Amino acid sequence: MEKAIKKYFPVFVLPTLIAFAIGFIIPFLYGIFLSFCKFTTVTDFKWIGLENYKRILYVNGVLDTTFLHSLWYTALFAAVSVLVINLVSFAIAMLLTKGIKGTNLFRTVFFMPNLIGGIVLSYIWLMLFNSVLQHFSKTIVSTQWYAFWGMIIVVCWQQIGYMMIIYIAGIQNIPGELIEAAKIDGAGFWQVLKSVILPMLMPTITICTFLTMSNGFKLFDQNLALTGGNPGKMSQLLALNIYDTMYGTTGWQGVGQAKAVIFFVLVALIAVAQNKLTTSKEVEQ
Amino acid sequence: MAKKADEMTSVRKAKHGMVYTVLFAICSVIWIAPILIVILNSFKRKAYIFRNPFGISTHSITEGWDKFVRGIQKAMCGGLNYSNAIKKTDFFQAFGYSLLITVLSVILIIICTSMCAWYITRVHNRVTKAIYVLCLFSMIVPFQMVMFTLSKFANILHLGNPLGIVIVYLGFGAGLAVFLFTGFVKGISIEIEEAAMIDGCTPLKTFFSVVFPILKPTAITVAILQAMWIWNDYLLPSLVLNINKYKTLPIAIQYLKQSHGQIDWGAMMAVLVLAIIPIVIFYLFCQKYIIEGVLAGAVKG
Repeated sequence: MEKAIKKYFPVFVLPTLIAFAIGFIIPFLYGIFLSFCKFTTVTDFKWIGLENYKRILYVNGVLDTTFLHSLWYTALFAAVSVLVINLVSFAIAMLLTKGIKGTNLFRTVFFMPNLIGGIVLSYIWLMLFNSVLQHFSKTIVSTQWYAFWGMIIVVCWQQIGYMMIIYIAGIQNIPGELIEAAKIDGAGFWQVLKSVILPMLMPTITICTFLTMSNGFKLFDQNLALTGGNPGKMSQLLALNIYDTMYGTTGWQGVGQAKAVIFFVLVALIAVAQNKLTTSKEVEQ
Repeated sequence: MAKKADEMTSVRKAKHGMVYTVLFAICSVIWIAPILIVILNSFKRKAYIFRNPFGISTHSITEGWDKFVRGIQKAMCGGLNYSNAIKKTDFFQAFGYSLLITVLSVILIIICTSMCAWYITRVHNRVTKAIYVLCLFSMIVPFQMVMFTLSKFANILHLGNPLGIVIVYLGFGAGLAVFLFTGFVKGISIEIEEAAMIDGCTPLKTFFSVVFPILKPTAITVAILQAMWIWNDYLLPSLVLNINKYKTLPIAIQYLKQSHGQIDWGAMMAVLVLAIIPIVIFYLFCQKYIIEGVLAGAVKG
C-alpha cells in the first residue's frame, strides 16, 4: 500500500509543503541570514557579521539599555502573569468541580473573554482604566508600572477562563476513590490538596504554566493597543520592542532581526524545557 | 438518629452550595461587566463616556427624577455612535474580509494539512520524517522571527490580498495542524484503508471516502483553533495585506486610533460591540466544540 500512496506525493504533500516553504521555512532561514546583514529590504543587503548583535547593546560605543530593560520587564511580566493566572484559574476550577448549581453557566461566562481578540480586548480595558484613573489625573501610561499592571489585568481576564477549562479537565480525571480514601484516612482539605490533588495534577500544571509563560513572552497585540510601549518605550515587551526597532526607524532593520533571533532562542529554550519536564514526568509515572 | 444526621448534612451541603452559587453569580456578573459597560457606553455621547462610564445619566438620581430623566436624554445619543463607527471603519467591508480570510484559510488548512498528515504517516522515508520534524519545530518559532522576511516575500509573490494571505496562513498554520492530524492518524488502524485500496480505490478516493470521515473530530479541533487565531490576528495581516485596500476587523479597529493617538471613543465603543456580538453568538452555538478543541489543542500542543 505504501508504494501505491507514494506516487501521490504531489497531490497530498506538495500544496502544504509549498505554502510551508513560503510561510515558514524560507523566511526563517533567510531571517537568520539577514540578522548578519545590513539591509532595508530582502533584495538589498550587505554582510556585516555580528555588527547587528553588537548594536543591540551598544550604539556608537555607548551602552543602550532599551533592550535589556524590555528583557527583564518581559521576564517579570511573564512571571507575574504565570503566577496570578494559574493560582486564580486553579482555585476557580476547584470550586467549579464541586457540583455547584449553575456550574455550566459560570464556566461559559469565565471562558468568554478568551475568544475576544487582543486588540478588541485592549480597547475595552483602555476605556475602563483611563476613565477610572482620570479621577486621579493619571492615565494607564503615566508610569511603566501602571502599564504593567494594566496589561496583567488584561491577560488575566483573557486567559483565566482558558486555563480554568484545562484545570477542570485535569481535576475531573483524578479518580474519586483516591480522594475518598484519603478523606477516610482522616486527611483534611489542605492535606488532600497537597498530597493527592496537586501530585496527580502535575502534568496539567506543567501544561498551563508553560502555556501562560509562552503567552507572556510572546504578548504583542495587548501591548500595542493598550500602552503602545509608552511612556517612552518603558512598557515595551520584547515582541513590541522588536517590531518597533524593525519598523520604527530606517536603518535598524538588521538590529531588529538580530533581536528577533535572540527572542526565538529564548522562546525555543522555554519550549524545550517544557518538553524535557513533561517527558521526565511521564517516565516517573 | 442516623437518618436525622444524614438530613442535616445534606441540608448543610445544599446551603453551602447555594452560598457558592450566589458568590459565583456575583463573580460572573463582575467578570462580564467590562462588556456590559462597553455596550452601555456605545449609546452615550462621546463627551459623557469618560465623565462617568458607569452611569446612564448626567445627573444623579438623588437630584430628583425629572433631572435624572433629562440627564439620560442628554447623555444618550441612540445609534449615532454606530452609524459613525460603521462609516469610519468601513465596518461591513472589514467584517467581510475577516470572514472571507478566516473561512477560506480554515477550509484550505483542513484539507491540505490532513492530506499531508496522512501521507507522512503512511509513507516512511527521510522526506516525510523531515517534514514532520519541521512542523514540530515551526510551532516553537515566534512570529517576530519571520515577520520581516515573510511580509517581504509575500509582497514579491503578490500575496497581499485576501486570497493570497490564505496561502500565508496555510504555511504558517501548517505546523500545528499537521501535528494534530498525524497524532490522530497514527491511531487509525490501517486495515480499513488497505481493504479500500484492494477494492480498487485510488489513494485519493481512499482518503476522502474512508480516512477523512474518521478524522472529523480532529478536523473540528483544528478548525476551531485556527479560526480563533486567524479571526483575531492583527500583526500578520497588517504586515502582509495591502493596508490601504484591505483591512480586517482588528486592523480597522486599531486604525480608529489616529497617528497622533486621538481616539473617537464613541465610535470605538460601538465598533467594539459590533466586533464582540458575532463572537459571542458563535461561541454560544458552538461552545461544546470550542471547549473540546481548546482542550485537545492544549494537551497536545
